[in-house]
Amino acid sequence: MEMLRIHGLYKRFGEKQVLNGLNLSVPEHSVFGFIGQNGAGKTTTMKTILGLLKADAGEITVSGEKAVYGQTSTNRYIGYLPDVPSFYPFMTAREYLRFCGEISGMNKTENEARCKELLELVGLGDETHRIKGFSRGMKQRLGIAQALLNRPKLLICDEPTSALDPVGRKEILDILSAVREQTTVLFSTHILSDVERICTDIAFLNQGVIEMQGKLSEIKTKYRREEYRLETEKTSDFSLLKQAFPMIKTVGANTLIFRESDCSVFDVLRFVSERRITLLKLEREEPTLESLFMEVTGK
Amino acid sequence: MKSLIAFLKKEIMEQIRSGKIMILGILFVMFGIMNPAIAKLTPWIMEIFAESLEGSGIIVTEVTVTALDSWMQFYKNIPMALIVFILLQSSIFTKEYGSDTLILSLTKGLERFKVVLSKTAVLIVLWTACYWLCFGITYVYNAYFWDNSIAENIGFSAFCWWLFGVWVISLAVLFSTVANANTGVLLGTGSVVLASYLVGLLPKINKYMPTFLTDGNSLIYGIAEPKTYTAAIMITAVSGLICFAVSIPVFNKKQL
Repeated sequence: MEMLRIHGLYKRFGEKQVLNGLNLSVPEHSVFGFIGQNGAGKTTTMKTILGLLKADAGEITVSGEKAVYGQTSTNRYIGYLPDVPSFYPFMTAREYLRFCGEISGMNKTENEARCKELLELVGLGDETHRIKGFSRGMKQRLGIAQALLNRPKLLICDEPTSALDPVGRKEILDILSAVREQTTVLFSTHILSDVERICTDIAFLNQGVIEMQGKLSEIKTKYRREEYRLETEKTSDFSLLKQAFPMIKTVGANTLIFRESDCSVFDVLRFVSERRITLLKLEREEPTLESLFMEVTGK
Repeated sequence: MKSLIAFLKKEIMEQIRSGKIMILGILFVMFGIMNPAIAKLTPWIMEIFAESLEGSGIIVTEVTVTALDSWMQFYKNIPMALIVFILLQSSIFTKEYGSDTLILSLTKGLERFKVVLSKTAVLIVLWTACYWLCFGITYVYNAYFWDNSIAENIGFSAFCWWLFGVWVISLAVLFSTVANANTGVLLGTGSVVLASYLVGLLPKINKYMPTFLTDGNSLIYGIAEPKTYTAAIMITAVSGLICFAVSIPVFNKKQL
């Protein structure tokens, strides 16, 4: 079942067309990586889902229910963590979570239990200071706790790890993959290693449209190409190879990349052996998210 | 209902922890004491300046002060208190727009009208408490030093001014839902009040304007009849209610 479906979403800010007919489908119980450059429209898409921005055209359904601008009832299914979450600085973490529970209509005993459980989960159980003294990592963890409070069907996180140190990032990623059983996670990011670590599905956003989406494993298989990377020791050998195989691409000092379809690896190896070229490295390339990302963004 | 109470509780907690309640409390108590104090000190001040005034041809005879002088001070000072009140509270909405703190509450399913309702309620309750505290202090001092019975329509004139305050708050709430920064709130509220004042300078329309309610002095001196205020009271109450009512749909469609 689809947890979130976006069809033909358009949004323009003045002269800038941010979303340009975006289509997206997020399956239930997936950890969905929403990947794009800065300014690609990730935050705009998320804010539109939450009814915080008005789309120029397009339709969004959350759990089969249509989301509208302004007062949208679909928000009861959603837990949201903004890129820089801001809380009431005069409250403590516990007071804030309790407040969140109360506004979402939880009963008192359930609220208390859930607050305690979540504060433990995000490691703020013993924190008694007011939020105004919190570090960025602490705020991010509190942000996750508040987003998970009312057991949302869909958890939307806007670049949850961008501003954190490696330890903080690992903590957040662990929490996100741990909650997959209970909810669907949609998170935007430009940190590709985070995506490889926890995502089941991905979509690449570029210039307001989704360039590619699907299961991470399927995309990787689909884009697996017979590609080899070769590094020679001497620059003279490097030039020899370039002359013999014009289809070979140069990617760095003494480093070449070629596709099996352009020139056979065995031909290259024979040439290497005949000319007694010293190799530093010859390896078969796996498609990385980075290479896919570069390809879709045309860089 | 639960979410409304939760948001109200948050508003009150904010007013207390940010120190706004304390500032307003001190301010209104100070004003309350100042009114009779200034009246009480007038003869003494006059005596000090008597000599220099004599030099300029003004002869100061014995000055007798009554409760009326203190009430006059009250109506002279209370606009200042209202201005400080509005200045202090003008960011009650806009601060949340600027810091995005509302986004998390709203995405949790908190209905937007409850935000407007709780903030409005807190403002009106605060204004009411501060205003009548100031009034009460002046009243008690006046009764102690002089005799309040000399002034007419004390309760009614005070009610009129309180209602004017509520009207200004309703403007501030409306402009808070329209504007994104508190300068916009202050500018909008200020211009409407100023417009009401300027239009009120025309004698025929005068008694229909909300600013007419601020003329407490005519009431306590018995120059004006309470019934001449009926139209202004009705117009103020209705336009105030309209402002509150309009601010809800405006806020519902506000881009945050």
